[in-house]
Amino acid sequence: MITVFVPRDSAAVSVGADEVAAAIQREAGDAVRVVRNGSRGMLWLEPLVEVVTERGRIGYGPVSPAAVPGLIEAGMLAGADHELCHGVVDELPWMAEQQRLCFARVGVIDPLSTDDYEAHGGLRGLRTALERDPAAVVAEVTESGLRGRGGAGFPAGIKWKTVLDAQGPLKFVCCNADEGDSGTFADRMLMEGDPFCLIEGMTIAAHAVGASEGYIYIRSEYPDAVSTMRRAIDIAYAHGWLGENILGSDTSFDLFVRVGAGAYICGEETSMLESLEGKRGMVRSKPPIPAITGLFGKPTVVNNVLTLASVPAILADGGSAYAELGVDRSRGTQVFQLAGNIARGGVFETAFGITLGELVDGYGGGTRSGRPVRAVQVGGPLGSYVPAGQFGLPMDYEAFAEAEAMLGHGGIVVFDDTVDMAAMARFAMEFCAEESCGKCTPCRVGAVRGVEVIDKITGGDDRDGNLALLNDLCELMTDGSLCAMGGLTPNPVRSALNHFPDDFSSGAATQKEAT
Amino acid sequence: MAVESAGASVAERVRAVVEAHRDERGALLPILHGIQAEFGYIDPEVVPILAAELNLSRADVHGVVTFYSDFRSEPAGAATVRLCRAEACQSVGAEKLVADAEQVFGVKLGQTTPDGSVTLQQVFCLGNCALGPAAQINGRMYGRLDRTRLVEILAKGAEA
Ligand SMILES: Cc1cc2nc3c(=O)[nH]c(=O)nc-3n(C[C@H](O)[C@H](O)[C@H](O)COP(=O)(O)O)c2cc1C
Ligand code: SF4
Ligand code: FES
Repeated sequence: MITVFVPRDSAAVSVGADEVAAAIQREAGDAVRVVRNGSRGMLWLEPLVEVVTERGRIGYGPVSPAAVPGLIEAGMLAGADHELCHGVVDELPWMAEQQRLCFARVGVIDPLSTDDYEAHGGLRGLRTALERDPAAVVAEVTESGLRGRGGAGFPAGIKWKTVLDAQGPLKFVCCNADEGDSGTFADRMLMEGDPFCLIEGMTIAAHAVGASEGYIYIRSEYPDAVSTMRRAIDIAYAHGWLGENILGSDTSFDLFVRVGAGAYICGEETSMLESLEGKRGMVRSKPPIPAITGLFGKPTVVNNVLTLASVPAILADGGSAYAELGVDRSRGTQVFQLAGNIARGGVFETAFGITLGELVDGYGGGTRSGRPVRAVQVGGPLGSYVPAGQFGLPMDYEAFAEAEAMLGHGGIVVFDDTVDMAAMARFAMEFCAEESCGKCTPCRVGAVRGVEVIDKITGGDDRDGNLALLNDLCELMTDGSLCAMGGLTPNPVRSALNHFPDDFSSGAATQKEAT
Repeated sequence: MAVESAGASVAERVRAVVEAHRDERGALLPILHGIQAEFGYIDPEVVPILAAELNLSRADVHGVVTFYSDFRSEPAGAATVRLCRAEACQSVGAEKLVADAEQVFGVKLGQTTPDGSVTLQQVFCLGNCALGPAAQINGRMYGRLDRTRLVEILAKGAEA
């Protein structure tokens, strides 16, 4: 029996993976076993079909349903050469040159097979953790230097220690899977491709802080992640990986999936907690911090998907091994996501410190359109635009902060030279106006004013006066907003203005169209 | 909509959804998703029923329903097309796709065609940012869309 992998990841499905899987099954019949894996993360090759041979897993892509009969005719099921054949997938530079800790199993295994999971190192971290005292587990995570992957980069160990030290019979672990940033999809791919890893990470967190209940808050835009996570949780309960006395230990932990309802602000942790409580997603003032007064007022760990999914490897192989990777205060690996106008988009997990240019021009191969890269936006809609001239920047929290940019969730959105940066600045304000929770004036009103002012600038209406006004507005939003939604929206606006001032002169857009 | 509940009154159907989530903490969101799955939208007339069932004020329930863009107050078309307008999709022509879609279907984002066949919506990121322009059509993700492919997908969907 020949084993063929065809991803079930929704990005692969978005370009025809389901139809390809069906075509292979139809053409090859009982001779093949089709396994629906996660995506390897080389999204430009999707649908990427892999055939198991004695040389390894041979990849073909992008495969269309119509190409399947020809591929099989040409000997794909024996790993034969073909113009769509890329050879042994693990040996491709894109794969071989990554350091996959968090994404080690994504794309490799059947996401819902517990056998596959354990055969590829799953549960090692949890078993280690359950043998230790909670404080020792927290110490291991602290030693790893792991920082929150959701954007702010707060040290996970310190957060966990606060929750561990907080007293009370009921504590929670909440996973932030709201992943609203444009240019990011790693949370989704992990949940669809290796859901047990997130369950394991959350269970370790629960043991470490003394929590008995957990929630994964997944955005409603991710229906496939929701159903995969729910099925994985059911399977985990059936195997004693969740529930009472996990793996025979004294630790018990119940885990639930909750679905968002189309509000970007619910990715902000306190807004997410409000939403989990069944309320409007209004941001809470801090203090108190969620670690002490979190979900339903109880001590709560809130971590991003990738933060929690990095924990099993840290417990399995030790915090110090993890901390050896990376640079300065950015330790370990980050799952970078190459998106937008990029020739080779996807996920690339590697140690912090790789440069922006190595990712975008190197692995990413420049733009999809073939035109020069003009700017990239790093860190989502609240992140700065970085011009191609700064591609020497290392991917490191502090180096980015120094350059008035931010790493955020590791998403990199590429734009070619046809981009109108004034339009992008306007969009940043429009997005903030649309998604503001409305609690504070600088954000709620400032963003609406921001759109108007940018329109006046590009319309040639008192340009200097309105530029000064835009500057004041940005300052007000930065200083006077309660949360980073209003507080960081000036990032994309100001960086666009600083690096690309010409785009803000009247008629710039029309001139551009003419070229 | 479930066949066996066809004879049940609106209030009974609402109560059945609430009952299914009774044991959950802070269950209003799961309940609202359940109501929308049951009826296709959240009719303002169910708000007082929910409020009574959950011991909340009508204003509270109304406030939650209106905060979240997923919850709609009237039925959607037979097909719901959610076009991504976020940055990564913009970098590969999302705005053009939006304009094309508006032209093809003759409605603006947020509207339903007069024959009730298509509801057009905007969405900010679907997590398919390396294969844009992206859209979600009846819950399924599509990538690398252009006008032709969009029309094809909807034509196929109509046949099935
Ligand atoms: C407007 C806004 C949106 C956010 N969206 C997300 C999100 O989608 N996912 C996420 O993990 N964190 C998001 N965050 C960051 C969270 O508030 C919080 O810092 C994070 O969940 C903590 O987890 P971490 O320490 O593991 O990163 C957002 C913050 C803001 C201000
Ligand atoms: S900055 Fe904006 S999103 Fe944040 S609390 Fe204020 S109004 Fe709400
Ligand atoms: S920006 Fe369109 S899918 Fe992410």
